[in-house]
This record gives sequence, structure tokens and C-alpha cells, in this order.
Amino acid sequence: MSAPPTDRAAAELRSGPPGVDPALLYRPPGTVDRPTALALYRQLTRMRQFEKRAYDLFLQNLVKGTSHLSLGMEAVAAGFGEAMHPEDYTFATYRGHAHTLARGTSMTGVMGELLGRDNGLLHGKGGSMHLTDVGNGVMGSYAIVGAHLAIALGAGWSAQYRGEPRVAVAFFGDGTTNIGAFHEALNLAAVWKLPVVFVCENNLYMEYTPIGDVTAVDRPAADRAASYGLEHILIDGNDADAVYLTAMQFLDRARTGGGPALIEAQTYRSGGHSRADPGKYKGVEEAAAWAQYDPTDVYRARLRQAGVADEEIVAIDAEAAHEVDVATEAAKAAPPPGPDRLMTNVWADGGAAWRN
Amino acid sequence: MAQLSYREAVSRGIAQEMARDGRVMLIGEDIGGAGGVFKTTGGLSEQFGRTRVVDTPISEQAILGAAMGAAMTGLRPIAEIMFADFFAVCWDIVVNEIAKMRYMTNGQVTMPLVIKSGNGGSLRMGAQHSQSVENWAMAVPGLKVVTPSTPLDVVGLMAAAVRCDDPVLFFEHKGLYASKGEVPDGEIVDELGKAAIRRPGKDATVLALGLMVGRALDAAEELAREGIDVEVIDVRSLVPLDTQTLLTSISRTGRLFTVEENPRLLGWGAEIASIAADECFWDLDMPIRRITTPHIPLPSADSLEDAVLPSVDRIVQDVRKGVYL
Ligand SMILES: Cc1ncc(C[n+]2csc(CCOP(=O)(O)OP(=O)(O)O)c2C)c(N)n1
Ligand SMILES: [Mg+2]
Repeated sequence: MSAPPTDRAAAELRSGPPGVDPALLYRPPGTVDRPTALALYRQLTRMRQFEKRAYDLFLQNLVKGTSHLSLGMEAVAAGFGEAMHPEDYTFATYRGHAHTLARGTSMTGVMGELLGRDNGLLHGKGGSMHLTDVGNGVMGSYAIVGAHLAIALGAGWSAQYRGEPRVAVAFFGDGTTNIGAFHEALNLAAVWKLPVVFVCENNLYMEYTPIGDVTAVDRPAADRAASYGLEHILIDGNDADAVYLTAMQFLDRARTGGGPALIEAQTYRSGGHSRADPGKYKGVEEAAAWAQYDPTDVYRARLRQAGVADEEIVAIDAEAAHEVDVATEAAKAAPPPGPDRLMTNVWADGGAAWRN
Repeated sequence: MAQLSYREAVSRGIAQEMARDGRVMLIGEDIGGAGGVFKTTGGLSEQFGRTRVVDTPISEQAILGAAMGAAMTGLRPIAEIMFADFFAVCWDIVVNEIAKMRYMTNGQVTMPLVIKSGNGGSLRMGAQHSQSVENWAMAVPGLKVVTPSTPLDVVGLMAAAVRCDDPVLFFEHKGLYASKGEVPDGEIVDELGKAAIRRPGKDATVLALGLMVGRALDAAEELAREGIDVEVIDVRSLVPLDTQTLLTSISRTGRLFTVEENPRLLGWGAEIASIAADECFWDLDMPIRRITTPHIPLPSADSLEDAVLPSVDRIVQDVRKGVYL
């Protein structure tokens, strides 16, 4: 069984992200209706419980290699996932479980891939860092920092040329704003007015180094936007409503020919960078402050305040817990991919031959 | 039938494919308005418009990222990397992204794109604008690699590359751009993975690529005057590799020479030598000889560059020495 979600009382929660001047935060227009709010919460709790399970399975050595969790950062994936249209494209990073789940991908397929089983999305050929589900618009998860911003640019270029109302959304970290591909992709997307939304999940760290120690500006993404003629957009990345409404606004603008946006979502990675990293480099006070601004806790309190009954919230949590359990059991029971998978799909003819 | 230069053949091949298929796009630096730094894309932006022939900033990662993202979502782009040396600044997109995506996703993603690039030496451009880098690409699973040596092959292999559903690196040889050859009228479509016997012979097999094909043929003419009958094969396609044609020839002549413009270590000839040693060792009459550039960066001055790129003289001497061994 999944651990029950933490349930901090509303009184213990902060009213905004620690260390961020509220005056700097972009406030998107609009409000979130009740069905959307419940859908957002459902996504948050699914992602949270999935990531916790993935962590447990890593400790049990059932998830091998590496895995990068979005614990504490789920509101970005949830908000965008709900706002995106089915025909939109997601380009995620190695920290992409939540972004993949957000598009409607089967949780069993994701779990199977993490466990290296044949029922995995990629039949074990990609792993945790490369989740892809083209049928649901997940155009890949990329593990070389920055590259996928340029690739998302191409998907946007293609949508624009074909005249299709699709938006490509690239998610990436604060650390990614210091690699060349970030700047190349932003410039060209702006020059061509492409339907691409660049979403920086600023979780304050590039791996183990505080982003502020290695970046010339305070806000690694938002402060660079002006260089490409784009507006400064810093949002509260732990507020699923703010993320959702901002996403709606700029996805719509991109879809209707208004060009790209660069959105910096301030959030915090409550776990380690990867694997079993205990995150010792993070400040104790900083972590404690952010724990009081956990996106699922914040959202649950908000639902209660809006009059959603406890039973309804508990039912959503239980449904997600069940989904995680089912996915876990299915993955554990699935066979590993057999050697027949190995020499397939290097080429479009399905094979791997390099000579006659 | 027209006499076309190699550079005109590049735009002829691209035009043929762009006219046939509206999904084919062309993207790169200075390719549109200017017709390309090597004038290999002249007239294309006038014919197909600036939305399909797209000038970019100096952003090699974005150029190839754009091509990749477009290929994954239904277009069939041709991207230009001006000088093949510049692959080094966007090699991640080629090697880690384009080449691996289909395999990693177990076939969810198809990558029909072509990357064309000016490759190779002989133009006195020095170490950063002269390298032959086909073997970088050959070393990466998931990439197809061709190097045409004649205008006719340029057109036909470009068409084959554009129609291929896999990523193809199309290495044009800068030293051949001004060379001319007959190109018939009408649609021309060649096949990837086929070598071409340019001169049949019975005493030795000489394999060459790009600019080296002509030098190997000139060397064969000289050797013929001495009574040495050399078979010259233009390898054309490194991946897929036409081992059947190569091994059949090697087994028949019993002697294998490769003429490689690349620096010594791990050139394409080393791989073919290893295959030949594995699969037709008992047919060989002498050790395999690789004729390559020494393992140095390419120098610029005429005298120095000429001294290191395999020359007709060097090919003649090495083959003669081998045959009389
Ligand atoms: C080009 C490149 N350099 C370094 C790495 C190693 N690396 C993996 S994740 C990471 C940190 C990225 O930080 P950020 O962009 O903030 O994303 P986060 O992991 O915080 O989500 C680094 C340095 C890499 N994968 N690719
Ligand atoms: Mg980070």
C-alpha cells in the first residue's frame, strides 16, 4: 500500500513560496472551476503517490539505474497537463515521470518501464529517463541537458508549417538555462514566432549546486526572457491553479499565432536529485519552509476551504493509491524483455542491419 | 542529358525531392537568400519559397533540433551543417538524440531527415575547415552515412536519402563541388547501401570514398600502363555497407587497399579491413594496406596539405609495392 499522503493542517501552511517577493509573481487571469480543481487534485495525488512508490521500489532495488523524481514539483506537471490539448506535444527531461502521467499515459506502462519489464512503455529499451508515449503527445524525455528545447522548437516549426493548432511544451530545470541550446532555441522560436511554450521548473538546484551560485541573474529563466523579446513571467510553481491558468493563457496565445513564451515556475524538489540522494547540500531551514508549502497539501487545503467534502478528497486519494498498486503489481508480475527485443527498431524497417 | 557540376547536382537533387513532396524542407545558415556558402542550394528559395527554404541564425543545435522535432512530427527536413567540422558543436543532437530516439522508444518515433554537409580537404582551409568526419558518424548506431563522388550520385543518393525513413548523413566533398559529370534528365533515384565498381580489374581491389575515388582511378590508369590491373570501388555508402560487393571483389583479386582521407586511427577502412580479415582471409594474397592521411590535424599550406592527403603517386607506389610483394 502507498503511504498516506501527508496531511498538514491548513494552519501550518504558508501562503506563498518561501523566499519569493510576492510582487514579482505573475498573476494569471481567470479562475479555476470545480471540475478542473478536482482534476488538478487528482493529478497531484496520482503523481505524488506514484513518485513515492517509485522511490520505495528504487530502495528495494526493483527500479534500477537511476531515477529522478518530481516530489514537491508536481503542480507544474499537473497544471500544464490539465491545460494542454490532446494534440499538443510534451518534451520532458529525465525528471519526466509526472509529465508523462499528466498526458494520460498508462501508469502501468510507466511503472513497467521503471522496473525494466516488457510491459513498459518502451519495453525496457529506454528506462526512467526516456519515457515516451507518442500516442498521447509525449514526444520524449531527454537526458542531455538542453537538447530537447531545440527539438521542441522543431515540433513547433512543424505544427506552424502544417497549419495545425498544436503547441509544443518543453519542461526543463533552472540549471538548463545556462547551456547554449536554451538560448539557441529561445532565439529561433522568438524569431519564427513558433507555438512553443518553454517551462522552467526552478527547483533552486542544478543537481547539487544552488542555481544562484552559478547564474548571473536572479531569476534564471524569467530574467533572460527580455533577451529574446519575451515577457518576464515568474509564477508560483507550487500553486496548481496559478500554473494551470498561466498555461491556459500562453498555450492559447501560442496556438493562435502569438508566438512562444518562457515561463519560470518557482518550485522546490523536496527529495534528492536522483536515486537515493539525501539532499544534504540543501539548507535545513529552506527545506522546512518549503515543506510548509507543499503543492498537494496546499491544494487539499484549498479544496476544503472551497467546500469539497473530506470524503471526496479521500476517495480521490484512494483511487490514485489503487492505480499505483495496480501498476506496481502488474509491473512486478511482468516478465523482463527478452533478447528478441534487442536487435529491433534501430531502423524504420524494424531491424538493426548495417551491412548486407 | 546535361553536364552538371557536383554543386549544381546537390540543388538538382533537393529540388527534385521538394517538388515531389511538400513535407520536404530545407534549413540551414545562408542557404536561402544566399544559395549556400558553397552554392549548393542556389535557386531553391526562389522555387520553393522562404517558408520551405529557411535561413537560420548560427545555431547548429537549433538547426538540427528543429530538423529532428519536425521529422518526428511529420515533415521530412533536410538540414545543412555548413562545414562538417561544425558537427562538433551539435554532435549531441546527432548522436544522442537523432540516432537513438527510434531504438530507445522501441519504434514509437520515426526520424526521416537528411543532414547534408561540406566535408573533406584539399582546399587549403586548415584544420578546422577540412576534416573528413564520415567515420565519426559511422561509429554511431542509428545513422546512415553516404558520400557521393559524382554529380549523378549526388542527385540519386540525395533522393534516396530524402525518401529514407531513417536519419541520413549526406557528406558532400568540398573538393568535388566544381567537378562536372553527365546527369540524365528526369527523375533520378539511387539506393543507399550500394557500392559502385568504377573500374573493373583483377589484380587488386582499391576502395575509395569521395575525393579519393578520382585519385584511385587516376592511380589505376598509371598502374595499368605497368600491367597492374586494379579494380576501383567507390564505397559510396558506409552505413549500410555493401559488404557483398566489397568482399566479392577482394576475394577475386586477393589484394585489398583502402584509400582514406581521414586521419589514420579508426578510419572507415579499418572496419572494412577487419571484416575482410574475418570473412575472406584465406582469399588474401598479401596483408591489407590502408592508405590514409597521417594521424595529424590537417595543415593549411599547399605543400603541406598535398603531402598528407593520399595522392595519386602514393596510391600508385603503395599498390605497386603490395602487388610485387
Ligand atoms: C549536457 C549535460 N550536462 C550535465 C548533465 C548532468 N546533469 C544531469 S541533471 C543535471 C542538473 C540539471 O539541473 P536542472 O536543469 O535545474 O534540472 P533539475 O534536475 O533540477 O530538474 C546535470 C548537471 C547532463 N545530463 N547533460
Ligand atoms: Mg533544478
